[in-house]
Amino acid sequence: MSFTPVILWSDALVFLLLAGCAVSAWYIRQHEHLLLPWRRVAQSGMAMVSLLVLSLFLAVGLLDTLHYRAVLPQTNGGEKVYSPEVLSVFDKLVEPLRTHNEKTYSEPFALTLYAKESMTDAQGNIVRDYPRLQYGGVHLTDTPLRDADVRRRTLIGGGLGLLVGLFSFYITHGTLRCTSGCDRVVFVATLALTILIGATVSLAAVYHVLGTDKVGQDVLYLSLKSIRTGLIIGTVTTLVTLPLALFLGVAAGYFRGWVDDVIQYLYTVLSSIPSVLLIAAAVLMMQVSIDMHPQWFDTSASRADLRLVFLCLILGVTSWTGLCRLLRGETLKLREMEYIQAAQSFGVSSLRILTRHIMPNVMHIVIITLVMDFSALVLAEAVLSYVGVGVDPSMISFGTMINAARLEMGREPMVWWALASAFGFMLVLVLAANLFADAVRDAFDPRLRRMASGV
Amino acid sequence: MIAYLIRRILYALPILIGVNLLTFALFFVVNTPDDMARMQLGIKRVTPEAIGKWKQQHGYDKPLMINRVASGAGKFTDTIFWQKSVSMFVFDFGYSDDGRSISREIATRMGPSFAIALPTFLIGLVVSVSFALLMTLFRATALDMAGVALCVLLMSVSGLFYIIGGQFLVSKLWHLVPISGYSGGLDGFKFVVLPIVIGVAGGIGSSSRWYRTIFLEEIGKDYVRTARAKGLSELRVLFSHVLKNAMIPILTGVVVVIPLLFMGSLLTESFFGIPGLGSYTIDAINAQDFSVVRAMVFLGSVLYIVGLIMTDISYTIVDPRVRLQ
Repeated sequence: MSFTPVILWSDALVFLLLAGCAVSAWYIRQHEHLLLPWRRVAQSGMAMVSLLVLSLFLAVGLLDTLHYRAVLPQTNGGEKVYSPEVLSVFDKLVEPLRTHNEKTYSEPFALTLYAKESMTDAQGNIVRDYPRLQYGGVHLTDTPLRDADVRRRTLIGGGLGLLVGLFSFYITHGTLRCTSGCDRVVFVATLALTILIGATVSLAAVYHVLGTDKVGQDVLYLSLKSIRTGLIIGTVTTLVTLPLALFLGVAAGYFRGWVDDVIQYLYTVLSSIPSVLLIAAAVLMMQVSIDMHPQWFDTSASRADLRLVFLCLILGVTSWTGLCRLLRGETLKLREMEYIQAAQSFGVSSLRILTRHIMPNVMHIVIITLVMDFSALVLAEAVLSYVGVGVDPSMISFGTMINAARLEMGREPMVWWALASAFGFMLVLVLAANLFADAVRDAFDPRLRRMASGV
Repeated sequence: MIAYLIRRILYALPILIGVNLLTFALFFVVNTPDDMARMQLGIKRVTPEAIGKWKQQHGYDKPLMINRVASGAGKFTDTIFWQKSVSMFVFDFGYSDDGRSISREIATRMGPSFAIALPTFLIGLVVSVSFALLMTLFRATALDMAGVALCVLLMSVSGLFYIIGGQFLVSKLWHLVPISGYSGGLDGFKFVVLPIVIGVAGGIGSSSRWYRTIFLEEIGKDYVRTARAKGLSELRVLFSHVLKNAMIPILTGVVVVIPLLFMGSLLTESFFGIPGLGSYTIDAINAQDFSVVRAMVFLGSVLYIVGLIMTDISYTIVDPRVRLQ
């Protein structure tokens, strides 16, 4: 085998999360009443478009989660030696983007570097000029040819993308006409996305579409790699939040008495500390532990990864209190309902009442809160990285990108592309997540449904 | 009322003790003072003597909880726990790593923080409530939809973008105000305008949308129908009935943050170079000054609890039905 698969901690948690989602999806499919709100979500065109965008991001993130270490050419006495660099399937797919590093900054679609340098020309004279890039647009002989080339490649790539989009639509719907049972908005959005992807792929093959950063890395590559970090922060955190909030919230509401007192005390203490400070304190302490124990990690990737997992853990510990309070309130209401009292008088055990009668009836709150928290967590990552308590500085994320690019604002002419790409990608991700969350809330919240139907 | 306040303050004590224990565990039990010393001194120069000296300088050269060699009350008072954690209850925060009194720093830095945070909060509240009322007035029309869409868009933009974009546009391109800095008095006006505007703009999205939901919920109630039936104009209904009744849920979320305004905003202050508590915290985090971070954690939770009590009192003001006993 020319590689060895690597499963980092965050990868394992993502797989766990995926398995959990698959099981719940299968369970929901078996039960029509659970499927009903999701059908309502599916009816909203806006929700489906944002779901489409989200699943694109998710696909990139998942490909970026399958890690491996390639084998090195030299062997150690017949034994294979693996590279210390941990790569992902996504890295392999976009290898040109990853390896085509320039010397330093260059603008989007540039053929030359951003700053002038002293060079020796053919006659041996020293001249100051913008040096040509090593990879960006090397197939062109002359600068004025670039615009025509960019247009041509956009058209070809976009056209191919359009064909792929139409073809996939034909396969799934059996026709090219958007009639009943097909949402026009979704149709147009799919085509727009495939055209965009096609054009980007065809351009990124020869240009740095979003420019390069200080050490010459392609900004498009960095932005795409940041997606995984953002998604992990947004999703793995729920693995901590959900069990804590669900069990403690429901238990506090159902048992009342001292159980309620203890749990209330716990979440009041936690929520009384401003969350940024609590996160900062916890991350600082974690940093000390990590720095004191370098022997725990065999690669720098696993070190950065463990820090990411810890960050999720800490974010989870600081953010479960809100959901817990909501669940406690709802359970307090539910436990007075007749069907719970009936179950109690039949002698059903508390555990069974909780799992069978109470938990299913608070699930809509859980789903709404989790979906709404996602976008806040993605945004929080950037802020925390700026404060210095976010992900490891070596890990590519929106926060570290913004942090690196922020210092270059003062330059003349300005280096704007790295900042713009990080903010742009983040905006698309968060906007899609927010729109989807709105649709989910509208479909699940019984109170909103009553308001909409005018009763 | 007085009895209620005393009871609430007594009730707050166990919470503060919990916060204190939590930070103590986080800062001294998870990592020993030796680890901290090694971290601070850097890997190269670490000798046992250097660690001992650092611990002595910072007062960490004591047992954690119980001092077995001391006698009498010294068994408990001559420990890290007593000197570093319990002393915080009387707001004695000790000294930062550069040797300054943390309490004095906090006292001088509260002013600038407040000068930014209070106007941001008040203007933000007025703007968001008006925007939400406007959306409620034109509910279920294209204008309302556009407003909600704008809110969702505004809240999807990273807070860092507002600051970086605002600084670039206003200070660098238009040269209207200085990029960063601070000075007291009227002279300081030009320094605080931009942070305030950016703070307000960054908060409008989520808060207006939240207020709109509250207003819409109120507007479906029976008393609103009655008010309309007796011939009140829609504007009167909104301002004198809906707004008043929506105050309670709004107050729950709003009053609690007022004391926390003293803490300032981490991001705004560090970007605009304002010498407030927010930038103090960020500097401490970057310099890994644990005693300052610990002090800020404790101060933050004290202010939060003050906010909770203020929330309860504000209920009695807006809703005569609520009585504190």
